[in-house]
Amino acid sequence: MATKAPVRPVRIVLAKVGLDGHDRGVKVVARALRDAGYEVIYTGLRQTPEMVVDAALQEDAQVIGLSIHSGAHMTLFPAVVQELKRRKATDIIVFGGGIIPDDDIAALKQKGVAELFTPGTPLQGIVDWLRKRFPEGAR
Amino acid sequence: MKVRARDPKQVWKEDFESSPARDDGLETSTISGIPLQPLYTSSDLPKREEELPGQFPYTRGIHPSGYRGRLWTMRQFSGFATAEETNRRYKYLLANGQTGLSVAFDMPTLMGQDSDAPTSRGEIGHCGVAIDSLADMETLFEGIPLADITTSMTINSPAAILLCMYIAVAEKQGVPADRLGGTLQNDILKEFIAQKEFIFPPAPSMRLVVDSIEYCAKEVPKWNTISISGYHIREAGSTAAQELAFTLADGMAYVDACIERGMRIDDFASRLSFFFDAHIDFFEEIAKFRAARRIWARWMRERYGAQDERSWKLRFHTQTAGVSLTAQQPELNIARTAIEALAAVLGGTQSLHTNAMDEVLALPTDKAARLALRTQQLLAYETGVANTIDPLGGSYFVEALTDEMERQAEAYFKRIEEIGGVIPAIEAGFFQKEIADAAFRYQQELEQKRRVVVGVNEFTVDEDEHIEILRIDPKLESEQVARVRDVRAKRDPARWSTAIARLRKAAAGTDNLMPYILEAVRAYATEGEIMNTMVEVFGLYTEKAVI
Repeated sequence: MATKAPVRPVRIVLAKVGLDGHDRGVKVVARALRDAGYEVIYTGLRQTPEMVVDAALQEDAQVIGLSIHSGAHMTLFPAVVQELKRRKATDIIVFGGGIIPDDDIAALKQKGVAELFTPGTPLQGIVDWLRKRFPEGAR
Repeated sequence: MKVRARDPKQVWKEDFESSPARDDGLETSTISGIPLQPLYTSSDLPKREEELPGQFPYTRGIHPSGYRGRLWTMRQFSGFATAEETNRRYKYLLANGQTGLSVAFDMPTLMGQDSDAPTSRGEIGHCGVAIDSLADMETLFEGIPLADITTSMTINSPAAILLCMYIAVAEKQGVPADRLGGTLQNDILKEFIAQKEFIFPPAPSMRLVVDSIEYCAKEVPKWNTISISGYHIREAGSTAAQELAFTLADGMAYVDACIERGMRIDDFASRLSFFFDAHIDFFEEIAKFRAARRIWARWMRERYGAQDERSWKLRFHTQTAGVSLTAQQPELNIARTAIEALAAVLGGTQSLHTNAMDEVLALPTDKAARLALRTQQLLAYETGVANTIDPLGGSYFVEALTDEMERQAEAYFKRIEEIGGVIPAIEAGFFQKEIADAAFRYQQELEQKRRVVVGVNEFTVDEDEHIEILRIDPKLESEQVARVRDVRAKRDPARWSTAIARLRKAAAGTDNLMPYILEAVRAYATEGEIMNTMVEVFGLYTEKAVI
């Protein structure tokens, strides 16, 4: 008889990539996702793409959330996706947030970033998106 | 028999309570959560001696003549891409009537690393101008006479290096250091608290700050050695009272550190300056500015025993609130910024930066930057608000709110003292948690529509108008990398290595580091090399991240 594996909460690594220290947004998102029932690991500031992927693998995370406000998103977000490819961990989904112009959003999605949330996004919008991606929690 | 007339205030109260109230569910407290009365009257005014501008405790302003004597300095923060491009923007702003320069550096410069460091990739020239060595600084101020303008430099961990570069450029222009005017942000405490651009641990960081204050007191006496900043604390999500309290507490921590060094309060206190946010809650901001002056004057005179009146006067720069701007319907930001700028002016600011409407998307375009400057000119020259000193002084409401700000700040000072002072409170995560709590509370109020941000959670449109934004040419990165390598190749290696060795030795000792840094700068040591030399001695700070 086949048994269904128990549902466990989705684990999310949130990271500040790049050199800027503006952590207001990432901290607010971290609290909101935690309150919504996700397991949130916040890495802290100035993480390189390698450090972010290390953390995600160590924590067995399904999702990586990246935050940046310095304008280096076009370099650093795709670098995280590339690093996941290199480490054969492409099942981990990457989303991002910060000051990201519209034109860049399309380009980043093409480069494998699943979704981008810009200033003014309701927290519920991020939660709704995650619920859609993981309707039954992590497997 | 005579009928006693009813107390008119009581009548109003009953009338108010029996009137229908709006049922939109919106908060009636300030944006920071201070409960407000629907009406303030003479009974809300405390009994105190009349306060006057130019007189202790300076609640109504530090100058007896207000803006009648001199308008505020219109100082637009600006910098992007390369030194050459930013130099062009400065000349453009000066030609359009701007009265002081304010340098924005890119992230690698702010973090003390050269453009060819691996972690500089993708960051060069985005948030400001890339400065690697004296050569870039020479380009930045080419054709701008440093004797005739004042310059503000927003930099913290590597502040001493950039100040030395400025002094060295002036030397080349033939301008002696004692003629230089300007401001260095140099406020490391708020970096640990809010903006997080720290490099060294707190103790050596404070040493560098005190070194620069001590050096400038002798050598660059007209320089504002530090701009003690609430701006970043507020932008990180604090309330107005937290911004006020944490900033002034930082100020006192610097004063304590200088006194510990053996300096006399009146030798440096008049060169301390402040930097506040002008947020969207109009009256709360005005009250905050007024309270700041009063609190500082009292502490300087009564606690620190400063005798010189100039030591009592809190001078400040203001920037409108970047965090209040919206990416949605961005033209609305022009209106927001105008209101915030008005609060700063009514609060008696000495200088002002008005944000451009597109700063929520990217660095401002020429057009947006000019519009922002024009907003200040409109306030100064069209509205008439500069004609009367502290025009809201005596307002029942503003005076009551000023007192409330002061009360809340004093309560925070006690809590910080109980923890053991500013640095122990940083290490305990006290400020960081207070700010994160306030930011989260505000976000929830928005989510629940207890507060409205026009265009974001109400009055939205489906399709936003596309506005032009400033793009940084990716080619710039490789060019800047080539430039710093060229500087290294062409400088005098003997002078460079002597300067670096002497700096390393001095860092391990107790000498004031400024002369050593200045010599390294003159020898075209790069910013990254100078920082790394000090990192070898001081070590790096890492923050324990708290959510």
